[in-house]
Formats: sequence, structure tokens, C-alpha cells
Amino acid sequence: MDDAVALEGEHEEHTSTGLPTQKIAMWIFLSSECLLFGALITTYLLYRGRSTVGPYPNDVFDIPFTSVSSFILLGSSLTMVLALSALQHGDLRRFRIWTLTTALMGAAFIGGQVYEFTTFAKEGLHLDTNLFGSTFFTLTGFHGVHVTLGILMLLSLVGLTYSKKVTEQHTLSVELVGLYWHFVDVVWIIIFTLVYLIPDPSGGR
Amino acid sequence: MATVATPHEEKRGFLARPGATYGFMSWFTTVDHKKIGILYGASALFFFFVGGFEALLIRAQLATPNGQVLDAGAYNQIFTMHGLTMIFLVVMPLGAAFTNYLVPLMIGARDVAFPRMNALSYWVFIFGGVFLYSSFLLGGAPNGGWFGYAPNSVAEPGLNMSYYAIGLLILGISSTVSAVNLAVTIINMRAPGMTLMRMPVFIWMTLVVQFLLIFAIPVITVALIELLFDRQYGTHFFDPGVGGDPILWQHLFWLFGHPEVYILILPAMGIVSEILPVFARKPLFGYAFIVFSGIAIGFMGWGVWVHHMFTAGLGPVTNSAFAITTMFIAVPTGVKIFNWLATLWKGQLKGGTPLYFSIGFVALFVIGGLSGVTHAVVPSDYQQQDTYYVVAHFHYVLFGGAVFGLFAGLFYWWPKVFGRMLSESLGKWQFWIMFVGMNLTFGPFHILGLQGMPRRIYTYPDGMGWDIWNLVSSVGALMVGLSAVLFAVNVLLTARKPRNAPADPWDARTLEWTTSSPPPEYNFEEIPQVHALDDFWHKKYTESPAGDLVPVVAGASDTAALKNGDAGEHEKGHGGGHGIHLPSPSYWPIVLAAGLPMMGYGVLYDWKLGVAGGVVLLVGAYGWILEPSVAEAEPAPALAAASTGSEADHG
Repeated sequence: MDDAVALEGEHEEHTSTGLPTQKIAMWIFLSSECLLFGALITTYLLYRGRSTVGPYPNDVFDIPFTSVSSFILLGSSLTMVLALSALQHGDLRRFRIWTLTTALMGAAFIGGQVYEFTTFAKEGLHLDTNLFGSTFFTLTGFHGVHVTLGILMLLSLVGLTYSKKVTEQHTLSVELVGLYWHFVDVVWIIIFTLVYLIPDPSGGR
Repeated sequence: MATVATPHEEKRGFLARPGATYGFMSWFTTVDHKKIGILYGASALFFFFVGGFEALLIRAQLATPNGQVLDAGAYNQIFTMHGLTMIFLVVMPLGAAFTNYLVPLMIGARDVAFPRMNALSYWVFIFGGVFLYSSFLLGGAPNGGWFGYAPNSVAEPGLNMSYYAIGLLILGISSTVSAVNLAVTIINMRAPGMTLMRMPVFIWMTLVVQFLLIFAIPVITVALIELLFDRQYGTHFFDPGVGGDPILWQHLFWLFGHPEVYILILPAMGIVSEILPVFARKPLFGYAFIVFSGIAIGFMGWGVWVHHMFTAGLGPVTNSAFAITTMFIAVPTGVKIFNWLATLWKGQLKGGTPLYFSIGFVALFVIGGLSGVTHAVVPSDYQQQDTYYVVAHFHYVLFGGAVFGLFAGLFYWWPKVFGRMLSESLGKWQFWIMFVGMNLTFGPFHILGLQGMPRRIYTYPDGMGWDIWNLVSSVGALMVGLSAVLFAVNVLLTARKPRNAPADPWDARTLEWTTSSPPPEYNFEEIPQVHALDDFWHKKYTESPAGDLVPVVAGASDTAALKNGDAGEHEKGHGGGHGIHLPSPSYWPIVLAAGLPMMGYGVLYDWKLGVAGGVVLLVGAYGWILEPSVAEAEPAPALAAASTGSEADHG
């Protein structure tokens, strides 16, 4: 949908602020997303250490594994920047390569999340096991959905280069997807720090 | 109905883009902000009658002790649906009708920033409303109040409250899409010279409302998702048995819910701020004060939510802090009231239904505002919590306030939208019956509440001392119902009148009155140049040294001449709109929107249906992205000019 926004009226000559309308819209949308993740993270923090039965965070977390997948996701912000820069310099081939790399790295992160979720499930942590399960799966699951939608947008961008909807002259939609992608990455930094790195006050009972 | 464009060869896209901008089918594909505004308005008025019927059922049940009209289960569903309908399906979309129709016209633009997203927000809204109401046929409507307090809303065994959660999630998507769209439109698409402090107050209030929506909707979204997961997937967010906390629901709900009440009232405040200066024939008193107090309300509205939870046991410090913030928020509201009164003061008041409803708004809103301040006093609130006193308060602000303000707007802008004036005499009858009926209905609630009658009870025994006031209230409700019927009669009679409303029937001040009634599809032949606040007024009138209004010479007070705005300064317009590029209609918003309720039913009944809904959503999204930017063949020569040509110019 966001790509569609970008394509509509891309030839706007005059705006009141001088900024592209689509870009302001994306920033406003992302500010709304801040509140969405803010409320989900608040719920998680509020219920930290309040589960009455296990498994607890320390029983299931594999921090080195998640660190690697987090690093891959953060790295994909770099390739996203390279993709946009390639298109702005008129290099369509490099744009496709970097965009696909970004999507692939995002997919690697999602693969890691799927692996993590299934492992946790095997170790007895489900959505309905305890408060930790409820809050953890809901928060990280919603983030995962956002990453997945981002991957879909990235692949769509590559597809649209073939139908000439994304060209060297039309880089705005790439910029918008880039904004979204960076936002999702930044949110993961916060989630990873708060959920994985800061020790649970219950000491993983 | 054969006005849809005939299919023709397309280079790309799943389907040819529809071309027709008139006829029955065009309403399903339109992206014109004016048609979408009319759709919002018609849907909201339909739901107003549905919600009003539910209100009459409630009043029939409570008219006498031991009422037999509804049993307890049905009563719970009816009062919950009455609240949900009036808030989410009447006042919000009626506000959206005005904002959609008027924002581009008032800021001198040809459409909103994203016309297809505008259509999407309407269709998501209507599907959300239909989804919510389908629950009546599919086993039971929401029955836990519009606030849906956990853990009752989790424990309720049927699907009722799941319909509530999903229905509101869908409506929230509609609001978010619409809010982003309108906020960007106001920020970025103003006519040259229309600086922020030259924007009409209605536009300012609309902007504040959009930001309230943008930040409040995600909070309720999270709350509803947690509620839905608790109900459908066995999570424990609000389950005190294993450490969860139902108070979290209250916090999340009211963190949304209090900004929501400003979302409901600010559009009405904007409407009244437009109408009073026109009918007093003098500028709005303290324009900047009204604007900044509206912004202040927008900020302070985030810091008062706990006043809905004083009896939840959060402790004296928390309660005192929120009591103080709540009293503070009365200040910017009071500023507005006094500014409106000062606008009327010494004005050359000319009667007119919009003025009647606007003054009704101010009077009734003051009553509701004062009872609201009594809630801010914590010990007093302990007494009032969950009694009819609270019901009296929010009906004075929402019915006396928001609904009166919206009716003022309906009478005021009706000629602009439909080119026909609503009957003034029927309008005044409606006003007086509604005004008296409203006070008869909700005034006695103050007394009943202080006598201890609790909210949400489906019946009460004889001998509580509540009988007479409940009967009075029910008689009043019938009067309100009658006044609503009078409005419907007025609309039907007006539809048969000739379309002869002048461009500027009220001698108004803002840009929408510079174009014809109804406006052409492209709104303005020439994008207006704005030089001042109330620019249109200053083109018509100047002040004599004695301070009297003097019409500007050279025929400028003649509406025909004014139609072209700055025709003297700029070269003549496009001559009937030739060469103006407008976005073509599209099938995809309605397709995309249809995916959402399917996904909703999928969650409740069968995951396969949910997957199908997801597929519809994706098909809609990709059809949207891939469709050509204009329709290729133009079905109507008169409108052809509007959408061809300019794409080639831009490459």
C-alpha cells in the first residue's frame, strides 16, 4: 500500500512545505507506529517477572543466536541505503542487487525468528503458557509481521522496476520503503535491548 | 447503470481503470473527496437512525419500573451497540464527512493528498460497521459496554466481545488511513498564501483531530489485540489468576478514550467557530486564542485519562495529579466558550438554523462541561461514578455538544453540497423540538444519578423514587426521535426543490463559498491566492472609518464575479475546467477494504476464510499499485478534459 501511495501523484509540482507529500505521510504513519510498539513494549515491561509458572526468559533465550540474527537485520539497513543510493545514481542493476540483498537479510532474520519460536515451543513456551509467553510472542510476533511486510515491499520494488513504475526518475517510493525499513530496524534495537539483554528481575526463577 | 467505462485494452494493471464519474456505479469507485464526504455523511446519518432506534428501545425499557421490553441480555447488547454506533459509526464518520468534503475546499485544493486512500478509509469504515452489526445475526452483538472492561469482556462466553474487538480494529484502520491522509493534505496542499495562521478554525481543529487519531488509535489497537488474543488464543494479558492485570485494559482504553472524546468534539467546535462569525457578521473573536486553545486541548487531552479511573484504586497521589490536570483542561475549553460569546456580542445577528444549532451547542456544551468539572473533584466523583449523573454529563457534551454542532454544520453547508437550501422553518422546528427533547431526556439523569440510579441496569424496582424522572426522560427521547424524523422529512422535501442555491447564500468568509454550489468536480477553476485570514470576506467588504461594513465596489460583492476569485489579478481560469488533471476512479479501494472483514470472520470461524481475506487484501493492494494512473477512454465528453492530457505533460 505504501508503494502505491508513492506512485500516486508523484509529479506534484507545488507543496506548501516544499517536502514531498508522500514522505510527510510516511513520517506521520511511522509516528503512529511508535505508539503501537510503545504500547506493546509497555505491556511487556509491565509484566516482566510476573509470570507464575515457567518457562521463564532465562530458560529459553539463546542470546548469541538472537544477537547474530539481530546483527543481520541491522546490517540490512546498510544495504537498504546502498540500494537507494544506487538508484539515485541511475544504476538499476546495483539497485536490484542491493534491494534483493536487503530482502534476503530480512528473510534471514524472519527465518531466525521462526526457528526461535519453534524452539521455544518445543521447550514448553506457548502463547498461553504464562504472561511471559503471551507478551513475548505478541510483541516480537508483531515486529516479525512488520519485517515480513517490509520484505514484501522490497520485493515489490524490484518487481516494479520491470514495469517502469520504479525508475531512476522515480526514487521516492524506494525512499519511503527505506524509511519504513529503518524504522522497523530501530524498533528491533529497542526490543532486543529491553527483552533480551536487560536481565529479568525474577532472575529466571 | 451502464456508466462504468467499457473495458478496453490496457498495457498494465489487472483491470482498466474505471472512467465514469457519474451514475450509480461511480459511487463505488469514486475517489472524489466530495463524493466520499457525501458517502460518509449518508452512512453516518443512516447509523444515526439505527443508534437512535436503539436509544428509544433503552428508554422504552426504562420508562417504567420492571420494564418488559428487553430482557437483561438483549438490554446489554442494545446499550453497548447504542454507544458504539453513536461514537464510531455516527459522530466520528459525520465529522469525517465534513472534513473530507470541506478540507480541500477550505484550503483551496482540488482534492486530498491521496484520493484512493480516502476511498479506502470510507470502505473500511463501512465494512467495519457492517461487520459490527452482522454480530446481531451471528449469535449476539457486543454486550460489555463501549469501554469493554476486562476481565468481564474476556470471560464473556459468546463471540459478542470478539466482534467488538475485531470491529473496532477494522474501524481503527479506517481512522488511521483517513487521519494520515487529511493531516498531510492540510500540512502540504494549502493554496498559495494560506499560511497556518490564515487557515479557517475548522481546518485547525481538523488538523488537531487527525493527530489525536494518529496517536490514539494505535493504543486502542494494542488493547483490542490483547483482548482478542485473550479471548481467542488463550493469552493472559488481563487474567489476574496468573499475574495479569485488568487495570492495564483500563489504562490502555482510556489513554485512547480520552483523546477520543476530543476527537468527537473538536470538529463540532470547528464548525461552530465557522458559523458564528458568519451569522454575527464580524470576525471570530480571538482567532489565535481559539486556535491555540484547540492545540492545547490536543496536548492536554493526553494527560487526563485517569479521571475515568478514580475509583479503580490507584491511590491518592495519582488521583490528585489527574484531578488537577482535568481541571486545567477546562481552561482552554473555557477560553473557546468566551471567545464564541464575544463573537456574538454586538454582532448583527441574523437568524438562521445554523446559528440556532450553534448557540444550542454553546449552551448545552457549557452544561456538560460544568458537570464534567464536578467529576474532576475526586471525592465527588466517588459518589457519581457509574451513576446516571455520568450519563447526563457525556450526553450533554456528545449530544448537546457534538451532535448539535454537526447539525449546525449540516444546515450551514447543505446548500454548498447539494445546491439546495434546507427548509429554514422545518429546521427551526427541528431545533426547538430537539433542544427541549434533549433537555427533557438528559436533564433528569442528573437527578437520577445523584439519587443513586446506577448505569447499565436493565430494569429497576418500584419505589426507588426514580419512576417520574425516568418517564420524563423517555418522553423527551420520543421528542428527540421526532426531531430527527423532521430532519429526514426536511431532507426529502429539499431533494425535490430546484437546484438554485447561490454560491454564497450566507454571505460567508471562507474559500468554499467562492466556488459554485455544488462545486465542480475540480473545485476551483483557478487555485485561489490567499492574502489574509477570511480572505473572501475582505474581498467583499471593507470597513468605513466609523467601523461599519461597506461592500467593496466594482461588483465584487456579486457572487458571479467572485466565482473566479482573483480573476482581476490573474489570467482567466481554465474555462470550465479544461486541462485540469483529476485522479481517475478506482476499483481497488473497495476490493482491498473487503479483505479486512473476511480476515475478521476468519479469526472467529475458520482460518481458511482468514487466508482468503488476506489474499483479497493482497490482490487489492497489487491491483492498486499496478493500475494505470488515468482511465484511457473517457466516457463523458464534458468531463474528459478533467483527466486527460496532464499525464503526458509530466511524462
